[in-house]
Amino acid sequence: MSVRHIARLVAAKDLRIEWHSRVLTNQVLPFAAVTMVIFAFALDAEVVLERVAPGLIWLATLFSMLVLVQRSFAVEVDDGALDALRVAGVDPRAIFLGKAVALGVQLLVLEVVLLFAAVVLYRQTVPIGGLVLLVTTLISATCGLAAVGTLYGGLAAGFRGRETLLPLLTLPAVAPVLIGATRAVEAALGTAGAVVSDGWPWVGLLIVFAVAFGVGGSLAFGPLIDE
Amino acid sequence: MTTTDSTPTSERGAAEVSTAGGTGTRGTRIIGIATIVAMGWLVAFGLGFSPEDRDQREAVRLLYVHVPTIWIAYLAFTVTAIGSGMYLFRKSLGWDRLAGASAEIGTVFVAVTLVVGALWGRLTWGVFWQWDARLTTTALLFVTYVGYLAVRRLDGTHEQRARRSAVIGLIAVLEIPLVHWSVRLWRSLHQEATVLGTDADVSMDGLMLFSLFVGVVAFSLLYVWLVMHRTRGMFMEDYLDDRGLDVALAARRAEASAAVPARSTGQSSEGTS
Repeated sequence: MSVRHIARLVAAKDLRIEWHSRVLTNQVLPFAAVTMVIFAFALDAEVVLERVAPGLIWLATLFSMLVLVQRSFAVEVDDGALDALRVAGVDPRAIFLGKAVALGVQLLVLEVVLLFAAVVLYRQTVPIGGLVLLVTTLISATCGLAAVGTLYGGLAAGFRGRETLLPLLTLPAVAPVLIGATRAVEAALGTAGAVVSDGWPWVGLLIVFAVAFGVGGSLAFGPLIDE
Repeated sequence: MTTTDSTPTSERGAAEVSTAGGTGTRGTRIIGIATIVAMGWLVAFGLGFSPEDRDQREAVRLLYVHVPTIWIAYLAFTVTAIGSGMYLFRKSLGWDRLAGASAEIGTVFVAVTLVVGALWGRLTWGVFWQWDARLTTTALLFVTYVGYLAVRRLDGTHEQRARRSAVIGLIAVLEIPLVHWSVRLWRSLHQEATVLGTDADVSMDGLMLFSLFVGVVAFSLLYVWLVMHRTRGMFMEDYLDDRGLDVALAARRAEASAAVPARSTGQSSEGTS
């Protein structure tokens, strides 16, 4: 079987587990929503909230992503499923790609919900002109986040109780995504007078990041989980 | 701590580790003395001979520590990357220990750079921290290598540790340019004139330049000295993990076979330490 075919099977498996367990809808999305509400408590002024809303969307995404990644690998480690996959001779690149795709799909759902929350809570508007930029940004940022999350999730997965390591490794690594995606979404939503054309260089950054970590991750994942 | 095999057991295992003298050798002692001399020079030139700056006044003296430490830290992380790559290539744990030792020292040096830089900033700019591209990248560099060191401390065999940290050490090389690029883009779009204008001041006083040179020499020597000791210290730790119990068991067996009551007082339990 080709890598692509196995990756699709792994992704489908992860999404099926997710669909049955409903962790995303019952725990992660409520967590993200609470985060959006407590940001408002911390920042306390409508003007400030309107100005920083795009950044808050991505911060909430990052925090929720940590939860999702831990969940994604807890499923693998609990019954030795990851070892079983390796014993079955499954290419680690396929596992990486499959899990990254499944994580990316969940992240996209999360981001759309958070964007909706920002429209309601932080008074954002989505102009039609910025829609293409917005969608491109969401997809490219999600690819980068999913690659980094899967890579470091796989590293931390071998060790039960090592979840504290994941944020330490992941957050500095995804700093470029936070910067780039925030600026691009600001441009797409027209926050603080930003214009749509300002956003495209940032999408370039996001794409380079996604490609670098996509390629680097699929190469590094094998040595990392092959214990 | 080092293993001190002071028990006079004439066992084969114990004889192999003649590490009672610590991690020092003739070479490290020479480098150590040279480091002390160079540091003395740095103090003399940095605090004494070199003049104060027209704009920065006495604060300029902090730069004789600030600049060399970050240069050596970059060197240290380069060594870590090379050690990581060589480990994956050659599978020799020596490369892994070199990478780890270098990363530890590099991280400490970056911490020194950040602290000294913050003090310098307070004196010169009036603030400890400026959200400038270079400062932000350096802070993220520091956190990245703290993460690398945390990965090294995960449990597992030495080979697992080595492979895992080699991969993370190489990913850091991928990560740092991306972080640097994004942060520069971020600042260049949002801040027209940065306070770091002092960097444009290229015409440096000769004595100042010499003091800086002394600083680079002193911190390079310190780095080499620390890496040598730390690499050997790591070797001893690994050896203790691998063989400590065997050596202790062999020692106990030797006591039992000798069956001399007087010798049973040597309770050095290396394996459990």
